[in-house]
Amino acid sequence: MSIPYLTLIVFLPVLGMALLAAIPGTSHDAIRKTTLAVTIAHFALSVPLWWLYETSGAPYQLIERRPWVTAFGIDYHLGVDGVTVLLVLLTTFLMPLAVLASWRYIDRHVKEYHMLMLLLTTGMLGVFVALDLFVFYVFWELMLVPMYFIIGIWGGEQRIYASVKFFLYTFVGGLLMLVGILVLYFYHHNLTGTYSYALADLLAIDVPLTIQLGLFLAFGLAFAIKVPMFPFHTWLPDAHVQAPTAGSVILAAVMLKMGTYGFYRFAIPLFPDAARVLLPWVATLAVIGILYGAMVALVQPNIKKLVAYSSVSHLGFVMLGLFAFNTVGVQGSVIQMINHGLSTGALFFICGMLYERRHTYEIESFGGLSGVMPVFATIFMIVTLSSIGLPGLNGFVGEFLILVGMFQTHPYMAGLSTVGVILAAYRRLDPDRNRHRVDRGLPQTVPRSDRSVGRAVRRARRGHRLTGG
Amino acid sequence: MESLLWLIPALPLAGFAINGLFGRKLGDRVVSVIGPGVVGAGFVLAAASFVSLRSMPSAERLLQQTLYNWLPAGEFSASIGFQLDPLSMTMVLVVTGVGFLIHLYSVGYMHGDGGYARYFAFLNLFTFAMLLLVMADNFLLLFVGWEGVGLCSYLLIGFWFEDQAKAEAGKKAFIVNRIGDFGFLLGIFLIFWTFGSVAFADVLPEAATRLTLGGDLAFWICLFLFVGAVGKSAQIPLFVWLPDAMAGPTPVSALIHAATMVTAGVYMVARAHALYEMAPQVLAVVAGIGAATALFAATIGIVQNDIKKVLAYSTISQLGYMFLGVGVAAFSAGIFHLVTHAFFKAVLFLGAGSVIHALHGEQDMRAMGGLKSKLPITYWTMLAATLAIAGVPPLAGFVSKDEILWRTWDGGHSVLWVIGFITAGLTAAYMFRLFFLTFHGSFRGTKDQWAHAHESPWSMTLPLVILGGLSVIGGWIGLPMALGQPLGGIANRFEGWLAPVFEAGEHAAHEPHAIPPIEYGLMTASVAIATLGILVAYWAYLRSPDLPGRVATRSRGVYTLLNGKYFVDELYDFLIVRPFYALSRFAWRVIDDGLIDGLGVGGTGALVKRGSRIVSRWETGYVQGYAVAFFGGVFAILAYYYLFR
Repeated sequence: MSIPYLTLIVFLPVLGMALLAAIPGTSHDAIRKTTLAVTIAHFALSVPLWWLYETSGAPYQLIERRPWVTAFGIDYHLGVDGVTVLLVLLTTFLMPLAVLASWRYIDRHVKEYHMLMLLLTTGMLGVFVALDLFVFYVFWELMLVPMYFIIGIWGGEQRIYASVKFFLYTFVGGLLMLVGILVLYFYHHNLTGTYSYALADLLAIDVPLTIQLGLFLAFGLAFAIKVPMFPFHTWLPDAHVQAPTAGSVILAAVMLKMGTYGFYRFAIPLFPDAARVLLPWVATLAVIGILYGAMVALVQPNIKKLVAYSSVSHLGFVMLGLFAFNTVGVQGSVIQMINHGLSTGALFFICGMLYERRHTYEIESFGGLSGVMPVFATIFMIVTLSSIGLPGLNGFVGEFLILVGMFQTHPYMAGLSTVGVILAAYRRLDPDRNRHRVDRGLPQTVPRSDRSVGRAVRRARRGHRLTGG
Repeated sequence: MESLLWLIPALPLAGFAINGLFGRKLGDRVVSVIGPGVVGAGFVLAAASFVSLRSMPSAERLLQQTLYNWLPAGEFSASIGFQLDPLSMTMVLVVTGVGFLIHLYSVGYMHGDGGYARYFAFLNLFTFAMLLLVMADNFLLLFVGWEGVGLCSYLLIGFWFEDQAKAEAGKKAFIVNRIGDFGFLLGIFLIFWTFGSVAFADVLPEAATRLTLGGDLAFWICLFLFVGAVGKSAQIPLFVWLPDAMAGPTPVSALIHAATMVTAGVYMVARAHALYEMAPQVLAVVAGIGAATALFAATIGIVQNDIKKVLAYSTISQLGYMFLGVGVAAFSAGIFHLVTHAFFKAVLFLGAGSVIHALHGEQDMRAMGGLKSKLPITYWTMLAATLAIAGVPPLAGFVSKDEILWRTWDGGHSVLWVIGFITAGLTAAYMFRLFFLTFHGSFRGTKDQWAHAHESPWSMTLPLVILGGLSVIGGWIGLPMALGQPLGGIANRFEGWLAPVFEAGEHAAHEPHAIPPIEYGLMTASVAIATLGILVAYWAYLRSPDLPGRVATRSRGVYTLLNGKYFVDELYDFLIVRPFYALSRFAWRVIDDGLIDGLGVGGTGALVKRGSRIVSRWETGYVQGYAVAFFGGVFAILAYYYLFR
């Protein structure tokens, strides 16, 4: 066994936490800089994955397997396939940006915040590379805790409500999945006489349809909540609105992918017959999610809620592609997962920048931005155009392939989902009306540089606090 | 030549990048060289390609270049590839040629505007997207260009975005177009589903074998594609965005909303003609919608007072003619009208822009009049274009419009012919109404405006003169046999040029053949009705200017209906937009907040709370109580084992 590359990737953030622990909690800038350095190093460390993974090689590569709790057949078992490589890179790429986005926004408990961010990274990466269901479950629950605190401590006014809702939703799903894992585990033992949590072993056995159905529902509910699929999505808008910018970015860009990834990696391959039987139901919920998310997004006065509901719509497309059960659809889903991570991540960064300037997420109070912040406005525009799937930008590719794939198997479902394309245009353009409106709130002489605006905003905020306002 | 095809669209793309990124720093002078320059260079390349296409034998005229495989996914694949056949070549020449002249015109028109560089960046981006659209060798890349032109249209309509109404107009254009795109996408899905490919080379030659004539599949493919065309080309029922699109700068209206983008739907139907020939029912729909739109828009155009609005409805109406042409399977006649329309409608818009420019933004024709002496060049070029669109021989509009009308009659669609015939009269009337109100009579604006009115600079008048000339002689490249034969056997060169593309559908009308006498009869009739239209306009707006007002008061109902544009916008708002928003709000407030969160999540929470309250009542804190419960439990378990085991 050479260097345990994946283990390094997964646990480097924990090393970073140890570093942070050594820095006194009052030296905020040192903490920020250290975290930034760690995350950048982390990204650099993970980039070679792209070349290390051989597209023509075995499906799982860079495998690390060590016995962990031999009595129960638990192995420390990691590995990547092509999809995981992309998701890992997406995660490590976004973390330095998330740290930068927190630079000024987080000014309380700075040390704890950054340690939790690093712990969160480890949790997320563990979920992506685990090939043992027990290890997977541990990481799955591990990533839940830091996010709960990030929303609950550094969030907006209703952060407690949002974080509890987020936690309970996800936790209930997680518990059901645990039951599912255990049932599968014992079923495997009954059949083969050996205890194993290894995905490969569990894939090898034949599970009768009735049991498959139950297990698919147990796993599927956990994943569906995470996606989130209609009607389990209502935690998402609250979590997004309340979370700090970096929290929203990671939630949208990476954590939502846990759900679709779970279907891709576990629920569908483990219980293929059940997936086929339940396809009409899942696909229907996906289509509802696409249309419903787009419609509700349309009437949101709060820009973060708008992006949150549009995520419901985008992730509905991902689910649809996965359940097309053909190469085109699944490839489309994977591309859509990555692209949604990039464009929605960018959108939440943009929301954060707006918030730092205007102290509100109400779309009504924005406007005239292109006059004062032309570069920002241009990027805003490009990102939203990509997000609504304008051909030529990356949001289009995934959606198109998903629909092509779905059309091969279920033309009516695909046709209905295409309506989402129209709705996306409305979603895009409604906030735009306000972007174009001449701004009354900002004086036209507001300095363009990001930094000075932020400083002014913080001074104002501090002033408020001093005067008790 | 073949290996340089990519340069034609790449040039304007480079112009977009340079003007967009560095335009502010480079200064207006450099921008004015780059902006029109890249399009002009594209035209030169296009002309060179045209020469090399002409040198090939007519059946083999095709230039192709594939850059790379863009979307390989499973069995699906689409490439970035370009092709030039006679049809694409024609479109490219129009887009770069007319496009260059309008870019040049913009140098004068937009002079001094704060967003000068941004304007040229967008205009170049538009040209790029439009070239992508007409040069694509597959449906998906065509769709990319299709959406790209829509985006540029949106950006340029809302160019002066400080004005709320203008920003709204841009938004409306984008959204209505998206409804069309929905259809286009479904069409592409169905094409892939049927043919296993989206490349023209795989789909079009296979149409006759894979589709059954008049079958369901052919029907749905063509209908969905046509929905896309209806959106882009502003036909009933999706025409509502085009009149509002006039909020953009006038050269934009000329280029995008008259000469090129809006004709993309016609191009697409012509490009997919092999599919449409398998779906005669859809062709009938195309022809019907085209004729209906032509008449409908013409009736609205006759009561509009905004000079650009008249031209907008006129464009919708002329696009209707083009669809009538392709709908009766006279594909080359439809494309021919597209070309001549690009000439004369560009002049009309640019001329209107020249008038607006001279009057510092005035667009209401009621405040114009007598401008002939102030704007002589504009006057004469506008006259040529107005005569052309009115269908006066031998100008461009007459030749192409009459070809469509004749082919409609010849194909046995006499009702559609009558509609087209009446529309021809209306067209002459409303166009000369515009012309007389603007240039003749006495000036009705302020003294100040009159004093400052002046002819435009050369960069604006030169394009007017060139395009005005083309409006006169441009039609002669496609003289119908009925006129060419007596004139010494001049063949219909335009139809001959496009014949390799459309040969399946065309019955070689460009070959010498016996001319039925009725063709001359119909030709005379349409000249007569055009003359009648002009005379009516002359009578009503120059001889007795109080007549229109009296007519309007006497038939108040009809006038209100026309002036209100048949209240289609209001109808859509009432029937679609409002209910849709209400439903969305219902989904948010009632389903999300009420049912799922309130009953579902909150209900579960409340249930747990109430349950734990009941349970917590047992936790009294008295140890005796717990002891009783404990022993009771032990007793029950023991009893169970002894009694039931």
